[in-house]
Amino acid sequence: MSTAAIADPRAPRTAPRRKGPNLEKWGWIYMRASGVLLVILIFGHLFVNLMLGEGIHGLDFAFVAGKFASPFWQWWDVLMLWLALIHGANGMRTIVNDYVTHDGTRRILVWALWLSAGFLILLGTLVVFTFDPCQGVIESGVMWETCQAQ
Amino acid sequence: MWSWVLHRITGIAIFFFLLVHVLDTALIRVSPEAYNAVIGTYKNPIMGIGEVALVGAVAYHAYNGLRIILVDVWSWATRHQRQLWWGVIGLWLVTMLAFTPRHLMSVFAEIGGGH
Repeated sequence: MSTAAIADPRAPRTAPRRKGPNLEKWGWIYMRASGVLLVILIFGHLFVNLMLGEGIHGLDFAFVAGKFASPFWQWWDVLMLWLALIHGANGMRTIVNDYVTHDGTRRILVWALWLSAGFLILLGTLVVFTFDPCQGVIESGVMWETCQAQ
Repeated sequence: MWSWVLHRITGIAIFFFLLVHVLDTALIRVSPEAYNAVIGTYKNPIMGIGEVALVGAVAYHAYNGLRIILVDVWSWATRHQRQLWWGVIGLWLVTMLAFTPRHLMSVFAEIGGGH
């Protein structure tokens, strides 16, 4: 543990940083704005997928294919993906900043958080918008008949 | 303090679930069989109990997050933050009472019956 980072209580006050945008303030605003939207998006997601119809037993390829056929659910899921991963990565960054005292380790962890969030945002967005129910079907598979008919 | 500790713990848990959940949903792009095989594991009774824990974590994090916003922007809420936390717990209980029986009945109905 390093104690050098904590200033002497009687040290002269350092002037606040003036240049550039205050990213921590925007992060604070983002957590609240995205949080409110995520409550609506995730509660809607859980209600439609787990409470309506057969509940969790209704979840399969056909269920998701049906949802992704509609631009409404495509945008619902993509919005949820972006907001949640950025909200989650920023929250994890706060926790890493609080507990990881070694600066090199802290930088690597924060960098890894944004890298994994970025990768999953890219992957998820591509999956939602390039999804084709007849992609990857095999002759013995459940979708073969349907896809041959097209 | 416990409201803050729980907010962190539920946040971390949800973040790690989210990482896995985006990857399992991405299998929809591979093939129907790959997606159904992996999503089938979520219907196992042990996972079913895990899903109750997940929904519990999401509901707490959501309601407590809304309480944090109110405490930040509204001086009445700042003065009554402690009582509001009990409101969060009450709302959480109502949510779990609505969700848990329905979900577990659906999960355990399948045992031995097949699909």
